[in-house]
Amino acid sequence: MFLDPANFRHPAFRKGMADAFKVAPGIWAWGLMTGVSMVQAGLGTAMSTWMTLLVYGGSAQLAVTPLMAVGTPVWVVLATAFCVNLRFAVFSLHLRGYMMAWPRWQRLTIGYLIADLNYVQFVQNHPQPATDAQGQRAEMAYLCGNCFLTWMGWQVASILGIVLASQVPLAWGLGFAGVLALVGILCSLARSRMRTVSLVISGAAAVAAYALPLRLNILVAIAAAVAMCLLIEKTAGMDKANT
Amino acid sequence: MIDVFELLTLLGLAAMTVLTRCFFFILNRELPFPAWAQRGLQYAPIAALAAVVVPEVLVSQGLLINTWLDARLMGAAAGVAYYAYRRGQGQAVLGTIVVGMAVFLPLHIGLGW
Repeated sequence: MFLDPANFRHPAFRKGMADAFKVAPGIWAWGLMTGVSMVQAGLGTAMSTWMTLLVYGGSAQLAVTPLMAVGTPVWVVLATAFCVNLRFAVFSLHLRGYMMAWPRWQRLTIGYLIADLNYVQFVQNHPQPATDAQGQRAEMAYLCGNCFLTWMGWQVASILGIVLASQVPLAWGLGFAGVLALVGILCSLARSRMRTVSLVISGAAAVAAYALPLRLNILVAIAAAVAMCLLIEKTAGMDKANT
Repeated sequence: MIDVFELLTLLGLAAMTVLTRCFFFILNRELPFPAWAQRGLQYAPIAALAAVVVPEVLVSQGLLINTWLDARLMGAAAGVAYYAYRRGQGQAVLGTIVVGMAVFLPLHIGLGW
């Protein structure tokens, strides 16, 4: 993994880090506010620290924090985290073509670290899975660098947030920087007409289905956008070059 | 410190992270994968981000906002405008964050939007 020189000495490792750095302030602010939120919800400093180090998923952490603070049964907590994380399962389907070249323990280790922006930046940089060993190494090195910088920044910021919980009011809304990081990446993705269609449909569906529990509106929105785009693509006779 | 039960809960949550993030590449088994599904996946990244971002900007207390006087809306608009102005070159994403926050924070903290 990261300790493997074949990964961290590879030029793609630095490219991955450089890309992660572009969105780093958003990740930091988001991590900071997640740390603050956990403590302010009554989870305690030790518990919050262990949670950020082990769970490593902002949206799931924020979803289960209020449940854990009032002693909800464990299976409900776990089921909530699973549902909130379901969008990652869609990502894993996409990543499968890149991952199957590697042994299972390596897939699981790097997979654990691939958050939203890591996935998006990776598939943006590597639109097609490599077919030779050299290309696959470059992919893995990119992922390692990208995820490493995100992980470091997130953990440092989260623990800072946990320590400073009483000094940083949630009302300032610093976590909005995380949303802006996603907005920036959205802009960089919206390069074709069909992708913009996907953005609009998904955004509208996510707002329309907002009342669904466990953030399942995200899953509904992805399904709606992908289905609509496939349908439009077919009826409009657009070829792949157009997407 | 935390007790064993809490630690087990956290380990369970970590397992959920691994399970969902690796869902379709945990097993070595072949996965039948139709071509249309492969094509559909190219729309997944932008759809997933939009599904996360758009409600964060446009929904307030469970409802679609009905005012322009919203710090998040203005901040996001400023960020997009900066990105478009830079045409995505250089550190455009970083600039999107900085410009967006420069608009968001004064409106949010100062004017309470």
